[in-house]
Amino acid sequence: MDTQETIKQQVTTHPVVLYMKGTPQAPQCGFSAHAVKVLNACGVNNLFAVNVLAEPEFRQGIKEYSNWPTIPQLYINGEFIGGSDIVTEMYQSGELQKLLQEKKDQAAS
Amino acid sequence: MNSTSTVELITQKLAILEPQQIRIVDESARHAGHAGARTGGGHYLLTIVSPKFAGKSSLARHRLVYDALREMMHKNIHALSLKAYTPEEFDLIPTH
Repeated sequence: MDTQETIKQQVTTHPVVLYMKGTPQAPQCGFSAHAVKVLNACGVNNLFAVNVLAEPEFRQGIKEYSNWPTIPQLYINGEFIGGSDIVTEMYQSGELQKLLQEKKDQAAS
Repeated sequence: MNSTSTVELITQKLAILEPQQIRIVDESARHAGHAGARTGGGHYLLTIVSPKFAGKSSLARHRLVYDALREMMHKNIHALSLKAYTPEEFDLIPTH
């Protein structure tokens, strides 16, 4: 399977996916660390994280997939949500919590 | 790399968005030495105010900025913190 197909499978089979530098336990970049912190604050306990430093094919591949030039990148139920700034903005407005809760409710029903 | 010229270049590239205001803070020094900064690109904090953002989501606004800066991303720019406002939104921010 090529990288683009693998990414598509990852973002569609896992409800919350973060492409990041480092791991949630040991982020290697301030922006990635921040995205993890926000997701933790939202109570996300099913995060699927891809460390693009450990898996270099995703580092370029994810930028092509979303046509978005930076990492981290957050996906919820297959949909590209944004990078660190947008995730923070959506958390501050409560939009992110709402979105995550909606997806959780959909999965439960 | 001369960071002053990168800031000027960013400003020139963003002219296409007809911004009313642009603020660019070069934060490269704060990140010097971390693993991701090795490629040499700088870290910038950008605030941009443009009527072209009206009716657009954050995602769409960020895409407009990234598109304008496309050839600079990952060459001169390693990381960009971005705040994109319409003039009306910007006026409502209590402390500019």
